[in-house]
Amino acid sequence: MTERPDLKQALGRLLGPAGPEVGCDECFEQLDRYVELELAGQDADAAIPGLRAHLAGCPACREEHESLRALVGGDQLL
Amino acid sequence: MSAASAATVRLVEPVSPLPTLTPALDAESRDWLQSLRAKDATGQEAIARLHALLLRAARFEVARRRPTLPHLRVDEPEDIATEAADDALMSVLRRLDDFRGASRFTTWAYKFALLEAAVKLRKRAWQGREVPLEPEGWGAFSSAGLEPDAEAEQGELLETLQSAIAEVLTPHQRRVLVALALNGVPIDVLAERLNTNRGALYKTLHDARRKLRTHLQERGLALDTWLEEY
Repeated sequence: MTERPDLKQALGRLLGPAGPEVGCDECFEQLDRYVELELAGQDADAAIPGLRAHLAGCPACREEHESLRALVGGDQLL
Repeated sequence: MSAASAATVRLVEPVSPLPTLTPALDAESRDWLQSLRAKDATGQEAIARLHALLLRAARFEVARRRPTLPHLRVDEPEDIATEAADDALMSVLRRLDDFRGASRFTTWAYKFALLEAAVKLRKRAWQGREVPLEPEGWGAFSSAGLEPDAEAEQGELLETLQSAIAEVLTPHQRRVLVALALNGVPIDVLAERLNTNRGALYKTLHDARRKLRTHLQERGLALDTWLEEY
């Protein structure tokens, strides 16, 4: 099959993640712990099941995850 | 970490609950809580420090998104950051008893400021714009220059998808899916226009996506060849 990255992304947005995922409220509740586990090199996905899938399916939560990770990661470099 | 030691999470799809861990607070987080609960000048000073921390986080978020918002007035970014920090301060103080030490206090507090700033910026970006609820985004599903077989395969997928959206989903699910997943409307903007909240809208989106997946799979479309699954 010809590689079609745009189609893949568009379908991904439409159909969302395949596996179980947390909702937006639970994502917000767990986000601080998830980011600290990630930055500590621990297995955040095993500790908080369903959060990574939610980040894949929800652009708003994904942006907030990226921001928190960048902010806290930057603090740790100070 | 094993599943048994993972914290309890609420999933959109129910799974077996896992035990919650309540870790001990680190010294800095404990100091923050004690200071913020103090009824004297120490408490006021801690609130001022917390506001400064939240303002720093809100400015960080505004700066990250600034390139995507060229139309903002000169003074708007700082106004938005200040307003986000003010609102986040209220949220953090109101929810102080919810902090259990699963992360450092500062990381927990930052997320409120980032959320407030992000939501305000998304709404600002869509201020005065009509929210499209009818499909506008099918262009992304078309690829030029495909081999005839691939073009036919893609055509079948799109036809099945479009008919599923029209026939399988409820009108509300269709509006939400089309606005969020096809037309790229931010979820906070749609939530405001529909007088609901992010969590409720995402649940609707999730249910619509599940219906579509089931429908496509029942028609023999192998989704794993089209998607990078999580």
